[in-house]
Amino acid sequence: MADRGAPDPEGVVALIRAGDARTIARAITRAESADPGVEAALRLLHRHTGKAHVVGVTGPPGSGKSTLVDKLVKAYRERGLKVGVVAVDPSSPYSGGAVLGDRIRMQGRALDEGVFIRSLATRGSLGGLSKACAETVRILDAAGYERVVIETVGVGQSEVDIVKLADSVVLVSVPGLGDDIQAIKAGVMEIGDVFVVNKADRDGADRVVREIRAMLETAWVNTAAGARAIASGGVHHAASPANTAAAAGAPDEDPHAFLAKLPPVLKTVAETGEGVEALVDAIEAHRAKLTESGQLELRRKSNAATELKAALAARVLARLEAGPAGAELLKLAGELATRERDLYDALETLERILSSSGSPLAVQSGEQP
Amino acid sequence: MERTIRVLVAKPGLDGHDRGAKVIARALRDAGMEVVYTGLRQTPEQIVQAAVQEDVDVIAMSILSGAHNHLFPRVTELLAEKKVDDVLVIGGGVIPEGDYEFLKSRGIAAIFGPGTPTATTVEFIRTHLKR
Repeated sequence: MADRGAPDPEGVVALIRAGDARTIARAITRAESADPGVEAALRLLHRHTGKAHVVGVTGPPGSGKSTLVDKLVKAYRERGLKVGVVAVDPSSPYSGGAVLGDRIRMQGRALDEGVFIRSLATRGSLGGLSKACAETVRILDAAGYERVVIETVGVGQSEVDIVKLADSVVLVSVPGLGDDIQAIKAGVMEIGDVFVVNKADRDGADRVVREIRAMLETAWVNTAAGARAIASGGVHHAASPANTAAAAGAPDEDPHAFLAKLPPVLKTVAETGEGVEALVDAIEAHRAKLTESGQLELRRKSNAATELKAALAARVLARLEAGPAGAELLKLAGELATRERDLYDALETLERILSSSGSPLAVQSGEQP
Repeated sequence: MERTIRVLVAKPGLDGHDRGAKVIARALRDAGMEVVYTGLRQTPEQIVQAAVQEDVDVIAMSILSGAHNHLFPRVTELLAEKKVDDVLVIGGGVIPEGDYEFLKSRGIAAIFGPGTPTATTVEFIRTHLKR
């Protein structure tokens, strides 16, 4: 390949940290194609990451995520912060190709040196992100972007990978989805730290806000205070918590305090920028809360565990497939299809290969097949 | 591991006709490439900035306004200024054949006029990548 070889990792890291756009871009490409040449640089880079606050923006297709991200970036720039954007669009399940169109709505920031926008295709990932997303975020983080905004693919009900990568998740809804709001209450609707009803100049926006609030407030009903309040017949709905404060008793169960902890539900019109300042305030408030409460560290630990497990599983599978067990796996799959074997039988056979000495997993790490 | 070919499809200039750009974007997608489409009315500066950040292998520009002799070479100039020498630049749209030689001399590797089968463009990209 007429590529510029695998440059020395320290040089790459220095250039990334200095904000060199081409080096940043090339490192992302290499991370995306799992190019072994980039691994050394990514290792060195890791200790320079963790400073950026990672904001995930997710929601159904057409809800205005790209336009909202464009306005978010503008607002952050006005606050003097450098912003990286990772915009994910789906890959074709047939050709593997993709049309990445999120930049169309982000042209207002095109020439701002304090903004770096990168489009990624999902390349087979189903959770709303791309496999290289975490590395891309870290590269932008190390390059000095203080906020990294990830725009997921348009999601349906269960693409919740963003919650494992972002520090703050902004969930975008729009009026007019009707009963879909009800339908998505489990899954995607659970992951928001800040809820946004975009296109709020359309009919039905207030109703969507009420539905989301009601969904969030049901959590209160499940607290001890809520249960007592309901048992005493004093309240039917958490929206009138004042009546129940006395009945609830203990100050730590004050429904006002509980409701104040619920994620905010905001209205925006991304097209005009209306409500975007309040959204940035809400994200920053969530960031402050995470930091002060120590939740940020817990969240990042849990996210790191998820990433590590996924990476380990991928590596184990890749090793298995590359070794003699790869052929065995294909043979077993064939026998599975013809009903000569069952799934559990095939798994046990593979587990035996995995645990036997001289298995492909005994190969030293770092060696590439 | 084979690297996925990334292409920036861009519409420089002021005309609002992006049917051709969308057709080519779709064809490249179906050929397994990742196409970054940036929309209408891009300046050469915006195109080059996007090409760098997206680390594309190819910039494919479509123009129908007649300003190709000004805008296409501006893109290759800006690439040279940024010392980007491994990106293939191609063009398409309504461009008189008499201008092809000039554009090629300014670093536009090929011009694909109306009626070019998309397979021709796909094949050209595959065989002329610079990296």
